[in-house]
This record gives sequence, C-alpha cells and structure tokens, in this order.
Amino acid sequence: MTDHTEHDHPHDHAHPHDHDHTHPHQHGRSPHPTREDDDVALGYHEAKFLALKSMLIEQGLLTADEIRRRQEANERATPHQGARMVAKAWVDPAFKGRMLEDGKAAARELGIEVTEAELMVIENTPDCHNLIVCTLCSCYPRSLLGEPPSWYVSKAYRSRAVREPRKVLREFGLDIPQSVEVRVHDSNADLRYIVLPLRPAGTEGLSEAELAALVSRDCLVGAALPGR
Amino acid sequence: MADASPSFALGDRVRIVDLGKAGHVRTPFYAREKVGVVDHVCGAFENPEERAYGREGGRRVPLYRVRLMQRDLWPDYEGAPNDSLVLEIYHHWLRPAREQEASR
Repeated sequence: MTDHTEHDHPHDHAHPHDHDHTHPHQHGRSPHPTREDDDVALGYHEAKFLALKSMLIEQGLLTADEIRRRQEANERATPHQGARMVAKAWVDPAFKGRMLEDGKAAARELGIEVTEAELMVIENTPDCHNLIVCTLCSCYPRSLLGEPPSWYVSKAYRSRAVREPRKVLREFGLDIPQSVEVRVHDSNADLRYIVLPLRPAGTEGLSEAELAALVSRDCLVGAALPGR
Repeated sequence: MADASPSFALGDRVRIVDLGKAGHVRTPFYAREKVGVVDHVCGAFENPEERAYGREGGRRVPLYRVRLMQRDLWPDYEGAPNDSLVLEIYHHWLRPAREQEASR
C-alpha cells in the first residue's frame, strides 16, 4: 500500500476493480505513512494498512525494518531527481544520448535508483510537444519522482488528456502552436515515462544546479515548460 | 518456456484488435480497432492478464509502442492534423494491417 516504488504493476494488478491508489497520502491526513502511534484517528484504509503490515511481520514475510527502509526510499523520490537528469542532459549531450537510450541506466549514473521495469525519456523538440498520461490507472515513475500530483490521478485528466490534449494544456497555461505536433503518451502497460523539455532560451550562463531549479514536476509530465 | 520473439518491426502498420477479453487487460477501449504504426519495440514482459491473478513466471509477451493519429482515434478531434498518441500494446492484441486499411 505504501509501496509504489517496486513497479506499481503487481500492486495495480492485484486490484483489477480499483486502480486508484488508496494511499494514506491521498486522504489528507498526514504527509507520512500511517503509523500505529499516529495522533489522528484511523480511517478505513489506514486501519487496513496497519493490519496488513502487522500480519506480514507476524508471518515473517517482512520485518518492520524492511518496511521502514522502503518508506524512507519512497520519501527520497522527488521531482527534483528528474530535474537533475534534465539539467544534466542539457549540459552534457553524451549523457542526453544515453538517457534517451536507457533512462534507468542514466539515472543510475546520477546515483538515482529507478525500480520500475523501464524508464522511457521522451524528448520535446521544436516540432513536437509531449504529454504523459495513464488512462487505465495512475502509472507514474514513482521511484524517481515520488507520488504523482492529484490531477494526474484524476479521472478528468486521464480521460481528457487523450481526447482533447490541447485544451487540457491550455488550462495548464500552455498554448502549443498548431504547427507543433502534440503527442500524447499513454503509460498503459509496463513502461514509465518522463518528458525531457527543451532548454529555455537565455539560460546559457546558468549552472547545472540553476538549470535544474527551472524544471518543475509538471514539466516532467509535459504539462508545463521550464522556467515559467 | 521460451519467450515469444517480436514479429512486428519499427514502422510496421498494425491494427489493435478487440479480443473482447474480460479481466485485467491493458488495451484501452479507445484504441481498439484502430490502425497505427509500430513506434518502438519494447522487449518482452510477463502478460499482465495472467499476473493480475497471481499466475507469475509465465511466457513473456512482446510489447510495442504503437503510434496512432488523433484524427483516426476521434473523428471530431479539434487539434492539429498531425497530433498523435502513442500507447503500449502487447503482441496478442495486434494484427498486421494492409497499406490501405483504415481505423474503424
């Protein structure tokens, strides 16, 4: 339940009737996974999570320490890790080439462990703007970027991003010219995606760290452009 | 069991079929019976239609990224004519499509 990093499919697939992640984070209770000694009252999902956790420990399938380590790893995943990859790709063409070839291997070069099966890096070009969605559930490279934004998980985004992507992008404040192709990527099966945005003009003098600061979470999904 | 080897190549025209299969399938309804082009050969993955029910370790199935034109997906699509969509389709949901074959 808190484990989204391993590859969200075993989790998704175990619940064919309900693809929406019922993660404690999404219930507006606490920024951290539910604990036995939380001060807040437990909801249904929190209680179920704690019951499952104690059973797994009692049965010797997992230790409390293993669960804690995984929770720590989950919390290390942030959009900044994706932003670092983008900034590196902007300043180092050879790295960019390797990143487009194999996203996981490129992340590993930066000390970032992506645990999903595959990470595809989709490059924006002057002729093509890319947008990522998962229409069937909420597949997202969680081990790299952390939990997806709530809009990414919403049924409205998941249905409209494939049906009227330009309108959705305009609502995000992005008006893509008709001469530029809008290409939507449905993350509907085994791969996970990030967008490599175009480097903004006028950033020639910036350091890699300054460049990374221009790349927000939404840029990595294609819903925003860097530095805006 | 040996993995099935990919039999579609980059650029091949393919039809995404409707197997009418119930359960945990990963082929969205909006893409069924549409014709597109293989954009990327992804390798082979265990079939999620089996894994979802605890049947792990089975024969791996080739997975492709298929690119479809938005105007073929949605007759009333309002974007630009060359807007497109790419999605992941497992081998058994694809058939070869002839040059003149259109989406339904």
